[in-house]
Amino acid sequence: MTQWRLILGIARTHLLTKMKSTVTASLGVTFGIGAYITLVSFMTGLNKMLDDLVLNQTPHIHLYNEIKPSDTQPIERLAEFRGDLLAIQSVRPKQEQLKIHNALPILEQLRHDSRVLGATPRLRAQIFYLSGSQDLGGVLMGVDILEEDRLSSLGDYIVEGSPQALHNSDNGIILGIGLARTLSLSVGDRVQVSTPAGGNFPLKIVGFYQSGLADIDNSQSFAELQTVQRILGQPKDYITDINLKLHQIEQAVPMARELQNRLGIRARDIIEANAQFETGTSIRNLITYAVSITLLIVAGFGIYNILNMMIYEKMNDIAILKATGFTGGDVKNVFMSQAMLIGLLGGLMGLLIGLLLSRFIDTLPFETEALPTIKTFPVNHNPWYYLIGITFALISTFIAGYLPSSRARRLDPVQIIRGN
Amino acid sequence: MTPVLECSHIDKFFTKPVNFHVVKDISFKIAPGEFASIMGKSGSGKSTLLYILSTMDTEYEGSLFLKGERITGKSRNYLSLVRSQHIGFVFQFHYLLGDFSVLDNIMLPARKLARKSPEEIRHDAHEKLKLLNIGHLAEKRANRISGGEKQRVAIARALINDPSILMGDEPTGNLDSYNSENVFQIFRQLKEEKGISLLVVTHDLDFAERTDRILEMEDGRMVSGHQ
Repeated sequence: MTQWRLILGIARTHLLTKMKSTVTASLGVTFGIGAYITLVSFMTGLNKMLDDLVLNQTPHIHLYNEIKPSDTQPIERLAEFRGDLLAIQSVRPKQEQLKIHNALPILEQLRHDSRVLGATPRLRAQIFYLSGSQDLGGVLMGVDILEEDRLSSLGDYIVEGSPQALHNSDNGIILGIGLARTLSLSVGDRVQVSTPAGGNFPLKIVGFYQSGLADIDNSQSFAELQTVQRILGQPKDYITDINLKLHQIEQAVPMARELQNRLGIRARDIIEANAQFETGTSIRNLITYAVSITLLIVAGFGIYNILNMMIYEKMNDIAILKATGFTGGDVKNVFMSQAMLIGLLGGLMGLLIGLLLSRFIDTLPFETEALPTIKTFPVNHNPWYYLIGITFALISTFIAGYLPSSRARRLDPVQIIRGN
Repeated sequence: MTPVLECSHIDKFFTKPVNFHVVKDISFKIAPGEFASIMGKSGSGKSTLLYILSTMDTEYEGSLFLKGERITGKSRNYLSLVRSQHIGFVFQFHYLLGDFSVLDNIMLPARKLARKSPEEIRHDAHEKLKLLNIGHLAEKRANRISGGEKQRVAIARALINDPSILMGDEPTGNLDSYNSENVFQIFRQLKEEKGISLLVVTHDLDFAERTDRILEMEDGRMVSGHQ
């Protein structure tokens, strides 16, 4: 039977009378945990920003018709040549339409799939931007702008104007910011575009788009799907790409494989599209945790030292407690609870300092071309990290306190009493 | 009548720094209400014997009985319980927990034993302080009072669980003659009024001569007083 009130009372008196040691030991934990919270919030905030950079602009699954040679050449189908060594030279890509066959029913079906958060049609058109005698080659992307905004936060990258403005305009265009600079255009101006098939169309500029990638900003613009279909002279079911956003990104790979088999068109998943993305994320996380754990281990050693010192100072008390009927376990509990109180106190202070520091970092200005919506350093205020922080504080103080406390448990009172 | 304390054929060896037979074949009994003292030169083994009798030292040969119960070979946790119930201890130097108040010091063994409610324990502690004429010290911090006062507080603490026997390792060794006399009178009073047995190791011949019985030790053997 352990009388925790009594044990905690003794521990509390020890801690209060040795205020200096208590504060020093707690500060060790405080700085360890505070630094951990700050570091992990900041690093994962940055990580998330970098991930979003990729994730927002890449659909989880991208469906399109791939231009490639046929897998089975006609000669391979002939029975009389089966088993012979066939060599075909100058293989050419199969002639194929860019449009996805039966795009509208496919789109409708995908939207009803339980795994799919949203499916958006796109029409990619090669066009020229005309400016006086100059033709600038580029891409005009026909999109369902409101749906795109909902699924891929396209709105974040529209630096002037709004998705709504494009939706309301029958012949509007959101111009890449690089193009706008080259052509010296501003919102409200008109820009002439022409298709390879010929024909000029004036479009009204309702906004600018900035992805942060110069190549895209210098060539790509957005318009409503119907506008682009009209420019190309194509019917309403003329769609070249379908982008899928899933509820869970983990399902992208199996689902892409399934769609490719079922629909007979190319389905590219996000992992395939950004192989380097996962590697970078996991390595950055690894570094964050390596540094944090180092900090906490250093704090743990501090606690170990101070508890050891405290036990040396309290030898006399240990002997008296044992002589008056306290068991070794009681004495151990006294010192363990001191360690845990230091861990709890220091840990909570550390959480507070971590919170304040990460809030402060959150207010520091940070402007980047790549993410026009971000004005301050990105910080991830995830409560989960605070839980990990306090848990680690308690675990590390437990381990740091365990050895000195066990020594106190084993100390022979007779030796202490007779030693002096 | 069952003796409060009985030991038979106690032997104790030190192995460090060299092999040494420090307590040799000691047997004696302490009756209820008896005030006995152990005398002997330094190194005669008297303190070692006392720590064996106090149950704190468990590495010995022979048997130890407390109120007729054999307690040799019991677990350390059981011995802790035995100590807090039956044995009060007063040391030469190691008096009190310096960071705690006098009252807290006295109450600690009783709170550990937890046989009484906190209010009763507080009441008892005040009673013991009054018994020893140091009621006014209750709220002081233990390291702020004088040596003689500390020893009296230590006695009060030893009495808090109403032990059957009080043991002292040179309880007056560090006190001036006035305070020594004071402690002796307290012991005498405990024996007469409460019927507590006392066993005190001392160098002080005057002190020893006024006890009921002197157990004399020489080179680990008990040479007189044990029959």
